Amino acid sequence: MPLRSKHFLGLDGMPREDIELILDTAVSFREVLERPIKKVPPLQGKTVANLFFESSTRTRLSFELAERRLSADVLGFQAAGSSVEKGETLKDTARNIEAMKIDMVVMRHSAAGAPHYLSTVIDSSVINAGDGWHEHPTQALLDMYTLREKFGRLEGLHVCIVGDIAHSRVARSNIYGLTTMGAKVSVCGPATLIPREIERLGVDVYYHLDDVLPHVDALNILRIQLERDAGRLFPSLREYHNFYGITRQRLEKAGRDIVIMHPGPINRDVEISADVADSDNSVILQQVLNGVAVRMAVLYLLGTRT
Amino acid sequence: MRTTYLLHAGRLIDPVSGRDEIVDILLHDGIIEKIGAHLSAPPDVEAVDFRGKIIAPGFFDMHVHLREPGYEYKETILTGCTAAAAGGFTGMACMPNTNPAIDDEAVIKFIQERARAALGGLVDVYAVAAVTVGRKGEQLAPLAELATAGAVGFTDDGDPVSDGEMMRRAFEYARMFNKPIIQHAQDLSLSRGGVMNEGFNATTLGLPGMPALAEDVMVARDIELAAFTGAQYHVAHMSTAGCVELVRNAKRRGVSVTCEVTPHHFTLTDDAVRSYDTNTKMNPPLRTRDDVEALKEGLRDGTIDVIATDHAPHSFDEKQVEFQCAPFGIVGLETAIGLTVTELFTKGILSLYQLVEKFSTNPRRILHLPPILVREGEQANLTIFDPSVTWQVDVHRFKSKSKNSPFHGYALQGKPICVVNNGRVYWNT
Repeated sequence: MPLRSKHFLGLDGMPREDIELILDTAVSFREVLERPIKKVPPLQGKTVANLFFESSTRTRLSFELAERRLSADVLGFQAAGSSVEKGETLKDTARNIEAMKIDMVVMRHSAAGAPHYLSTVIDSSVINAGDGWHEHPTQALLDMYTLREKFGRLEGLHVCIVGDIAHSRVARSNIYGLTTMGAKVSVCGPATLIPREIERLGVDVYYHLDDVLPHVDALNILRIQLERDAGRLFPSLREYHNFYGITRQRLEKAGRDIVIMHPGPINRDVEISADVADSDNSVILQQVLNGVAVRMAVLYLLGTRT
Repeated sequence: MRTTYLLHAGRLIDPVSGRDEIVDILLHDGIIEKIGAHLSAPPDVEAVDFRGKIIAPGFFDMHVHLREPGYEYKETILTGCTAAAAGGFTGMACMPNTNPAIDDEAVIKFIQERARAALGGLVDVYAVAAVTVGRKGEQLAPLAELATAGAVGFTDDGDPVSDGEMMRRAFEYARMFNKPIIQHAQDLSLSRGGVMNEGFNATTLGLPGMPALAEDVMVARDIELAAFTGAQYHVAHMSTAGCVELVRNAKRRGVSVTCEVTPHHFTLTDDAVRSYDTNTKMNPPLRTRDDVEALKEGLRDGTIDVIATDHAPHSFDEKQVEFQCAPFGIVGLETAIGLTVTELFTKGILSLYQLVEKFSTNPRRILHLPPILVREGEQANLTIFDPSVTWQVDVHRFKSKSKNSPFHGYALQGKPICVVNNGRVYWNT
C-alpha cells in the first residue's frame, strides 16, 4: 500500500492509515539498524538532495544517514556559502538542483509553508524536514514511534507538550499526529507562548505544570530558545526554570511514572534538569535512533512509490 | 474618435439627483445632449442597447497604488489607468508610497501630467500625498503646498503615523485646508512581524499573526484625536469587526470619520491562506468569518461609506517566493464590480443604488471633489455595468501590468461594460 501523496509535507490532515503505514514500515528499518551491516538497497540509483536553508545538525545527519542506509545517492546543501547568499530565490535554487536529475528533496526552511510552495514548482517529491513554526513531521513520527515502542499503543495515551508552543513546529506536528492516532494531547507553558485558539485543535491548555503532571503518561519537553525575544515573552530563564523546568522533585510530586521526551538539543537545567534528562524514564536517545528508522520509512515509501 | 452615442434604455441610478429610472441618453462629443424616454438616434449616431444595464455617475476608487514613479515594473500610470477604465472606474486617488514618495509638489505635477496623457485623460487621477516627509513619521510633509498642488488627502499609507503627537499635529494642520487624513490603521508594536491574521489559521499554519487588535487600537486612538482636533479622519481598508463598531459609535458621537472596505476583505476569510498562496497575503490581512459578517453589516447600515480596492500590483516573481517573504497586496481594479455585485448585491446586502453611492458619490464627497452631474449640457462622466451577466476571472486578461489576484478562475456576476469621461469612451471587451 503506497502513501497517498507524492510529497511528505506535514501531519495536518494526514490520514491515520498513512501514519500507521509509516510507523509499521519503520519497525523493519529499526531492525536493520541493529544488524552488523546496516545498509539495504531499495533506493539504489535514486538521488536525494538535502536542502537545509536553516542550520541543523541532528535532523540533517539523521536524514543523511537514513538516505545512505537505503543506498541512495546524497546531495548536500547548506544555505551558508550557497547561491542563497547571493540572493537567488528558493524557486531558482531548487530548480537548478532539480535540473541535475534528482528524485527527492528534503528541505529545512525557516519560512512556514516553504516546502508546500516548493512542491508546486518542482517535480521531485518534497519531504519537509521542518518549516518555520509550522511542522516538523518526521520529528513527530519518531516521537510517536518511540511512544508506541514504550507503551505498545498510542490510542488513549495522554501526552503533554511543555514549553514554547507558539514557535514550535515540533508541537504542531505532534498535536496533528497524536490526535489523529487517538491520543490525548495537552500543552503547558506560559500564556505568552501559547498560540491563540489552539484549543480548537482538540488540546487542553495548562499554565501550571502541577495541574497536568498527575494525569500524563509522557512529557514532550520543548527546547527554550535562549535568544527568543529576551524579556518580552517571558521574564528570564531563571523564572522559566522555576515554573516550567522539569525536575525530579516535580515528577516525584506527581506520583506517576512519566516518560520523558525531548526533541533536542537540550538546555540542561533550563527546561529539563540534568538528572531527569539522564534518568531511566528518559527516552531521549532512543528518539534519536528511532529518528533514523522513521526517516528511512518515509524515504522508502516515497522513493519506491510508482 | 467622436464620443457620440445614443445610450438606449439603460437604468440610470444617480444618487446625486436621486434618480433611478429607465432612460435614453444622447451623448454628443462626450456631452450629455439629452436625457429622456424614447429618444430617437439622429442620423450617423450609433444607438447602443443598454436594456438591463446600469448607467451611473463615474465610479471612483479612492485607494489605488499606481507604482509610478519608482516601481514601473509593477504598474505605470498608463497601465493603471487602463485597468481602472476596464474595471469601470473614471477616477481614482493614488497612494504616496512611490519612489520618490508623494511628499513634494513636483511628484504631484508629474503624476497629473502622466495621467492626462494616459488614454486622453479618460481616467481622472488625484494624488493622496504623504503626511510626513518620505513617509518616515518624523517631520510633517509640506501639507499646504501639497494641498495647493492638488493633493486630495494625506496618508503615510503602509507606514501608519504611529506617533500620537505627529498624528495630532497632522490633523490640526490638514484641517486648515479641509483635507482628510487617511490612515492605514495599525499599531505596529502589536502587528510587528505578522504576515496574516492572528487566530486559528495562523496558529495551525505556523505563520506569525497580526491581531485584529492592532487595527482596533489604532482606530480607537485616531478617532479620539479626530474628535479632539475636529479634523476629518478616513480609515483605509477597514478589516475588523471591532473597527466597524468603533466607527459606528464615533459617527453617532458626531466625529468626522469615514471609512472604506475592499472587496477582498468582504469576500474572503483567512481560510484562503491555508494554501500558502502568496496572493492571499495582504495588509491588513484577510480576517475571520465574524469580521466579514460585521463588514457586510457595516456596509448595509451605512457605517462603511466606500468600497475601494487597495489595488496593489506586484510582479509575478515577487509573489513567487515563500509566503513570509512575499510582499503584501493584490490587484483589485478589474474585479471590484464583479465581487461587489456577487457578494453584496446578489446576497441582498446592498441595493444597486447603495452600491453606486459607495463606488461613486461617497468617495468623491469624502475627498471634496465636485459631484458628477448627470444632466443635459454636462460633460458625461459615466460608468455603465451589467449587474446580471456572469463571467470568469482570467488574470491573463487583466489590463493591469500585474496579475497578483487570488480570484483567478472565480465565477462572478456583474461586469463593467464601458466608461465615459472627458470626451472619451472605453469599452470593456
